[in-house]
Amino acid sequence: MNKTINQKAWFFVVPVFVLVAFNAAIPLMTVVNYSFQETFGNNVFAWEGTRWFKQILLSERFHDALGRQIAFTFIILLIQIPLGIGIALTMPKKGWGVPVCLILMSMPLLIPWNVVGAMWNIFALPDIGFLGYSLNAIGFDFNFTQQPGDAWFTTILMDVWHWTSLVVLLSYAGLNSIQPAYYQAAEIDGASRWATFRYIELPKMKKVLTLAILLRFMDSFMIYTEPFVLTGGGPGNATAFLSIDLVKMALGQFDLGPAAAMSLIYFFIVLLVCWVFYSLMMKNEVRS
Amino acid sequence: MKKYKWLVPTLYIIFLMLPIYWLINMSFKTTTEIINTYSLWPREFTTENYVKIFTDSTWYMGYVNSITYTVFNTIISVAAALPAAYAFSRYKFLGDKHLFFWLLTNRMAPPAVFALPFFQFYSSVNLFDTHIAVALSHCLFNIPLAVWILEGFMSAVPKELDETAYVDGYSFNRFFFKIFIPTIAAGIGITMFFCFMFSWVELLLAKTLTATEAKPIAATMTRTASTSGYELGLLAAAGSLTIIPGAIVIYFVRNYIAKGFAMGRV
Repeated sequence: MNKTINQKAWFFVVPVFVLVAFNAAIPLMTVVNYSFQETFGNNVFAWEGTRWFKQILLSERFHDALGRQIAFTFIILLIQIPLGIGIALTMPKKGWGVPVCLILMSMPLLIPWNVVGAMWNIFALPDIGFLGYSLNAIGFDFNFTQQPGDAWFTTILMDVWHWTSLVVLLSYAGLNSIQPAYYQAAEIDGASRWATFRYIELPKMKKVLTLAILLRFMDSFMIYTEPFVLTGGGPGNATAFLSIDLVKMALGQFDLGPAAAMSLIYFFIVLLVCWVFYSLMMKNEVRS
Repeated sequence: MKKYKWLVPTLYIIFLMLPIYWLINMSFKTTTEIINTYSLWPREFTTENYVKIFTDSTWYMGYVNSITYTVFNTIISVAAALPAAYAFSRYKFLGDKHLFFWLLTNRMAPPAVFALPFFQFYSSVNLFDTHIAVALSHCLFNIPLAVWILEGFMSAVPKELDETAYVDGYSFNRFFFKIFIPTIAAGIGITMFFCFMFSWVELLLAKTLTATEAKPIAATMTRTASTSGYELGLLAAAGSLTIIPGAIVIYFVRNYIAKGFAMGRV
């Protein structure tokens, strides 16, 4: 759509601008402020320069948390995106099955995050939970509160349970926008199922999939509540992702300076990845 | 192959329902039964847990508080996002692209980063422990999302609609409220759904910004767990009840969920 130039449009944007600035700019400045100073309590501050940034960037604790975070995000994207597409492809296109699927599949998305954590905690406990009990009954030595591998397995399974539906909904919407004529053409050409998917369905889903990957990346990179309730970051530090580590440092140990520096580094990483994604998306939009 | 296609969504739905069933199953058991026996359904069926929640004000007020700030947030987010999304979809103006990206960056900001400064900020303006504080803080991620979704819907409406209305002598306000908003009603519904959803499920900020007066149900659950040991039955009942508002909202937008996405961003 060709847009007209109109500087007065700023008036429309003012409410949003004020609300978000009020919420983002002021707290962010507080964080920036802390990140360069040392606190002694009673509002006494001393200038520290870039000391905290160096300390965080060189600390093994941060490297480990970042490593765990990247591994977690990578694994869940690798599972959720193909699984979501697969389920969307097999979903009914019309009839009573559609609302049933949509309603039931959206359920996990609407459950408060700590309830998700608590639910999976109970579900996976080896003595009273269905998952833990069943796994032990068929011969696995499963205990997610003791063994790091099991904790990872449970956290990933929980996230797949929680968020795959978002990918399904987005992919399903993308598929629904394809005109029947495309499928008829493919049938006349004798295209295989794979070719139909590769050359008709996948290109049509490109935009929604970019959006799905972007949303899943952001949310999994910020994940806090669910693993905090499920495992508390444990056993040891096995599932202490970036946010969990950050809150531990800021509110638990009250190391404001290092925590603020870590916040900024953390935010910067998310921003960088999203900026790359966003530019790619915009480029696609211009081209089509 | 085609014959067994229904198997995939069916298996997936069963996988989704299992933990939910387990939660509901536990909510009808007594805590002693939960701890001592493993059973697929309640042996001594009890509704005691639910009775306790509906008669104890520290419990049911949690739900009232959560719903209050969620509704506030949905209204504020959509009301502020409507004109902004219209501006982004119809006009070019100084810094529009940068502003749009800046808005999105707030959706990307990890809430953990903001927890402590929010606490200090809202305390200093005397809004700590009020519904409005939580509602405003949730605007951080809901407004960018609302602008994004609404902009998509509005861009799908041809500009000729605006122009014809002006030619017919409509003022901007009359056009916007009488013609434009009804045209994108589905989009507004979807946006409200998403705002409601993300505000309802968030806990970290809601918990940080409240103490007693506006304490969300999710926080009530965590605090009870730590003070009086694990009352698993009660927790399970409270958890089961948190699913209901979401389920109601989904029911209302069920026809629009997939279609809405399609209109907005495909």
